Amino acid sequence: MAESIVPPAVSSSAGSAISPLTPLPLRAVLPWAVFVGTLMLVLLYFVGAEQGATSVFSGAGVHEWVHDGRHLLGFPCH
Amino acid sequence: MQTSTVRTLLVRGMIAGVVAGLLAFALAYVVGEPSIDSSIALEESQSAPAHEHDGAAGAPAEEEEELVTRPVQSTFGLATGVLVYGVALGGIASLAFAICLGRVGRLRPRATAALVAGAAFTTVYLVPFLKYPATPPAVGNPDTIGKRTTLFFLMIVLSVLVAVTAVIAGRRLAPTLGNWNATVAAGGGYAVVMALACLLLPANTDAVKETFPAALLWEFRLASLGVQALLWTAFGLIFGALAERVLRPAGGQAAGQGPETVTGTPAARAG
Repeated sequence: MAESIVPPAVSSSAGSAISPLTPLPLRAVLPWAVFVGTLMLVLLYFVGAEQGATSVFSGAGVHEWVHDGRHLLGFPCH
Repeated sequence: MQTSTVRTLLVRGMIAGVVAGLLAFALAYVVGEPSIDSSIALEESQSAPAHEHDGAAGAPAEEEEELVTRPVQSTFGLATGVLVYGVALGGIASLAFAICLGRVGRLRPRATAALVAGAAFTTVYLVPFLKYPATPPAVGNPDTIGKRTTLFFLMIVLSVLVAVTAVIAGRRLAPTLGNWNATVAAGGGYAVVMALACLLLPANTDAVKETFPAALLWEFRLASLGVQALLWTAFGLIFGALAERVLRPAGGQAAGQGPETVTGTPAARAG
């Protein structure tokens, strides 16, 4: 008996699940975009450009370590 | 609550970026490394006399390559580069997704994720690649790295800004032109502006030496294109699936908990 009741309940709630997409408010996205976005750009800098045209750290260790990835991902490299 | 949704999307974007990065690393290792090795071998055979002179000058003048050995560069080094790239762009793409969702067309989360991934591949990699394509080791002139880096990043920034402008313009035009025509107009506008940028920006005339084998260059660039295409395809599909699960309306959860359960109720009881 109980099992026969379940399917209609599922299908009715699945029907109500198709609701219009409400955009996430920009207010909620902005802080993440500023702080985490900046952090991600710093990471990209270290993969793509550190110790090439500009250097934060002296030497060539970072450049040499990510060398192959930098070439294959399309960044200019020596 | 919406802030936590953004955080969840961000975390999932970075996870999808790692997984996509792993797949891209596997492809890069299999199809990309042979051309890098050939390229380095070519460089060493051409500059062999110079190496002998360096060796004669003394042991302290070690070559740069010895800082990280080739086996490490082609495995851990390559993996680090591709994975960090995947995580970073996965995070940024998930933020772009959070902004685009429900604003760019009435698309489901996974369709929006696919669209964002496709747009990211095109604007961040493909279009800059058309003007300043990837070059294998040994082809670049080290003296111009500053100029080449500046132009490459300038091209990426320009491409992204023009794409964002095109999307905003497309949304404005949609009510009058209709969705299809507005999308075509926005895409066409992006293409025209970027084509002009390609014409006006200076070329990398010294990026590839004339004596470098064309077949090897082609092989390397095809590998680079393949790695990026795989990275973004995998990211779009994986992140789309993960985002779809985060954003599935509360009805999906309510099905398991009974009709009485409203999202606010458990919190109210806990408080």
